[in-house]
Amino acid sequence: MLKTYTYPRFEYTTPPEIASGRTLKVPVVVVGAGPVGLATALDLELQGVPVLLLDEDDTVSIGSRGVCYAKRALEILDRYGVGDAVCSKGVSWNVGRTFFREQEVYNFNLVPEADHHRPGMVNLQQYYLEEYLAARAASRPGIELRWKNKVVSVMQSGKSVTLKVETGDGFYTVEADWLIAADGARSPVRRMLGLDVEGKIFMDRFLIADVVMKAEFPAERWFWFDPPFHPGQSVLLHKQTDNVFRIDFQLGWDADPEQEKKPENVLPRIKAMLGDEREFELEWVSVYTFQCRRMGSFNHGRVLFVGDAAHQVSPFGARGANSGLQDADNLGWKLKLVIDGKAPEKLLDSYSEERVFAADENLMNSTRSTDFITPKSRVSRTFRNAALSLAKNHAFGRALVNSGRLSVPSFLTASSLNTPDSETETFAGRMLPGAPLDDAPVLENGEEGWLLSRVGGQFCVMYFADDPAAIDAATIAALTGLSGGGIAVQPVVISRRAGKLPGGIVHLEDRRGVFAKRYDARPGTVYLVRPDQHVAARWRSFDADRLGAAVARATCND
Amino acid sequence: MSINLNPNFSEAGKRYFSAYSPADDFYELLINTHRDLTDEQSELLNARLILLLANHIGDIGTLREALKLSREGV
Ligand SMILES: Cc1cc2nc3c(=O)[nH]c(=O)nc-3n(C[C@H](O)[C@H](O)[C@H](O)COP(=O)(O)OP(=O)(O)OC[C@H]3O[C@@H](n4cnc5c(N)ncnc54)[C@H](O)[C@@H]3O)c2cc1C
Repeated sequence: MLKTYTYPRFEYTTPPEIASGRTLKVPVVVVGAGPVGLATALDLELQGVPVLLLDEDDTVSIGSRGVCYAKRALEILDRYGVGDAVCSKGVSWNVGRTFFREQEVYNFNLVPEADHHRPGMVNLQQYYLEEYLAARAASRPGIELRWKNKVVSVMQSGKSVTLKVETGDGFYTVEADWLIAADGARSPVRRMLGLDVEGKIFMDRFLIADVVMKAEFPAERWFWFDPPFHPGQSVLLHKQTDNVFRIDFQLGWDADPEQEKKPENVLPRIKAMLGDEREFELEWVSVYTFQCRRMGSFNHGRVLFVGDAAHQVSPFGARGANSGLQDADNLGWKLKLVIDGKAPEKLLDSYSEERVFAADENLMNSTRSTDFITPKSRVSRTFRNAALSLAKNHAFGRALVNSGRLSVPSFLTASSLNTPDSETETFAGRMLPGAPLDDAPVLENGEEGWLLSRVGGQFCVMYFADDPAAIDAATIAALTGLSGGGIAVQPVVISRRAGKLPGGIVHLEDRRGVFAKRYDARPGTVYLVRPDQHVAARWRSFDADRLGAAVARATCND
Repeated sequence: MSINLNPNFSEAGKRYFSAYSPADDFYELLINTHRDLTDEQSELLNARLILLLANHIGDIGTLREALKLSREGV
């Protein structure tokens, strides 16, 4: 029981299949209603795929886990309908301070880049995120959420997956065309299918404490290397919602977790850290070790792995849930097209390829942070201390200090779904094929809004014009008749000036020119955007044939 | 030439999508170069590295500045 938060208890009802003895047949079952399973269910539901979502528990994440949700995750949560809840409950912070021994060596102010709907990140306890996602999922007609339903066996044969589910009232069987394993780092599904996950455990332990401050304390991130109150180790202080602060103490490998967790050992440490008589109450303490590992491939026949079940990173850089949400974002539309027979199953290989690439980037970045924070050799420690001592006076030294890097989405520039730029067309900026879209402020019917809330969920073509009245009739006709091969393509015209366009076209005004700048758009410039808001292709002029070929390529129909 | 104290890493042909990547790329290379060496071997490696880089920079004015800055606060 926490002082600031009451865990919800979700209702369990006896599944009808227990009495009837019938096998429940569904197109898709998602196992695990953590943040990633919930997100995947919401994504599929938005795509129009009904989902059975099973979880062995009946509440949200217990204790202190995820804290930071980065911009791309927030944009995805917007699509799932919980972005506002997360951003208004969460706390934003801009100032980070880095201390080495007794001194503050530098601080930074991450002023959010202007003209994006969402900030670089928001801090919020994971249980809130899950609570909002669970409430959203419960309100969606296409999601059947069954709590206290534990998957105890999984068998895959040909084109279906059979699972046995245990409840307090007995067992039943589910037969699904597709199974999505979102059952966390220990992934029972992975184990039951005899699949491997490879990586390493870090030889270190961390004590995490959630503390409720009684007095005002700034909304800042403080990171200490080798502080006097905890010599030889590192400490992180981070603000969460409800005036709860999260403190991570590095303990070293030899520490005894049971001893360290005792309040008589934790409290003096925190007192020494706060350095004064500031009052606080202990809300949660636990000790964890972490692993860096991933599965070789995230798709195995009719079983797809998402979130921690597929990959696990160290918490430095906050990449666990953030990347899991991007798995959901990447998978939903692909599975929908495959289920509808509009794309071959091969498209799901691209889910694995793209998310393995992203997982490797996350593993690399979090491993680098971990290696900086916890040097593994004497020389490595010397270099770290040298970088810290240079950081005080020199900008290049600050760039070397790595106490966790902000989670940013991968640029999927090597993806086989991209259509490369033509050699004769050049673009400035970073919206190249494979890039996650940058947001931009737009006007729609005179009202202010955001680009990212108007594209995505399906393929979109963004056509840029100066004056909408100047677009020729043939282009307008081609834009409205884009959907081909059963794959819907939403036309979006983005224009510098106001004007009228026929119905069926989403018309956004780029009055301040932010879109034109970020996308290096000139009149006639065309972007093909994937349902997960990544660039699939771009050109300097509109050509329906080229566009059709790019859609085919992005769906493995080429 | 005066010494550059701003972040300055890059690699030909490589495109970076986050500002922290170039320095992190270098730092990882540096630490990996020392992998599995004894402390004594690492010390020798560092000395050789400094000599290699110093010769590459060549300009003794710049090196004098770097040497002076490196000693400050040690
Ligand atoms: C200390 C710490 C700090 C972290 N900080 C951050 C951060 O700042 N930002 C960030 O993005 N991430 C962070 N993470 C990572 C984040 O917590 C995880 O990545 C995230 O919870 C993964 O979500 P998931 O849905 O994949 O798995 P989980 O959250 O583990 O959910 C798995 C679900 O599957 C269910 N389940 C398991 N087995 C079965 C079964 N047999 N049948 C039915 N259901 C089953 C479980 O009940 C559970 O609900 C942190 C983690 C830790 C430990």
